[in-house]
Amino acid sequence: MIQAFAFYLFATLCIASGVMTIGSRNPVHSVLWLILAFFNAAGLFLTLGAEFIAMLLVIVYVGAVAVLFLFVVMMLDVDFAALRAGIAKYWPFGFALAGVLLAEIFFSVVAWNVGGLQPARAAPTPKAVPNIEALGAVLYTRYLYIFEGAGLVLLVAMIGAIVLTHRKRSDVRPQNVSAQVRRRPEDAVVNMDPGVGQGVRL
Amino acid sequence: MDPSVRWGDGIGNAVMIGLGHYLAVGAVLFVLGVFGIFLNRKNIIVILMAIELILLSVNINLVAFSSFLGDMVGQVFAMFVLTVAAGEAAIGLAILVIYFRGRGTIAVDDIHQMKG
Repeated sequence: MIQAFAFYLFATLCIASGVMTIGSRNPVHSVLWLILAFFNAAGLFLTLGAEFIAMLLVIVYVGAVAVLFLFVVMMLDVDFAALRAGIAKYWPFGFALAGVLLAEIFFSVVAWNVGGLQPARAAPTPKAVPNIEALGAVLYTRYLYIFEGAGLVLLVAMIGAIVLTHRKRSDVRPQNVSAQVRRRPEDAVVNMDPGVGQGVRL
Repeated sequence: MDPSVRWGDGIGNAVMIGLGHYLAVGAVLFVLGVFGIFLNRKNIIVILMAIELILLSVNINLVAFSSFLGDMVGQVFAMFVLTVAAGEAAIGLAILVIYFRGRGTIAVDDIHQMKG
């Protein structure tokens, strides 16, 4: 009973947040609704018993991706009202296409139920083992290379984002580390022995 | 979903919520994402957010199947989808920032510089 209540709560809020994400006038509100959608999807994953993926969703999406979106939305000085100008022209076509897509998905799900396929399990969920332990036992053995590949994807994405957005600015005087390290005492300090009343030439 | 053809001994199917419920949520979120791309086709930031919604719906499907079929592979691949989604968001927003720096606008209609 409590499970059904939790499912309907999370599902309703998730879908409503999705609607508000694509429908908000202000992109900042869109990002905040997206965060709410991710939180509720994490709740759905909890009801499914996938605790690790749920926590990952909160940490990775809400903690990193959504904040990244928020930064970019606030950084760009764009007239967002002008970008919404043609919305009346676009929504009938989009609505028709979305309806067709939903009908197709619905029919395929119904057909799949009738078929009654018996799937072969690649890695059966072990009983009496926590979700994280079961996930790790599969991830670090059978899917180790794909896991390393995922790490490589993240590395490439990080380097790519840095390289893309890094720029040389000419209006500032940044610290020149190599010049500072190269500087020796001989370049900076001179021992003088001036005569009386002659002073020092600099 | 017919309870007699319930295969999995997943954790999620205790009372009355079946696999079909989760698949319905995933389908609705997917369609919302596609609709969002058409609705906000000038605003590329919201398009990126709609793509995130689509990837989220895929994750819901993967985890729901994983739980109801008693197979951990779905959750493993949900993790990989999450990884790719994070990388995609980072690269997409980086491209967006340098495009805005060069052009001063993010209107999708104006992006035809690379057209021959």
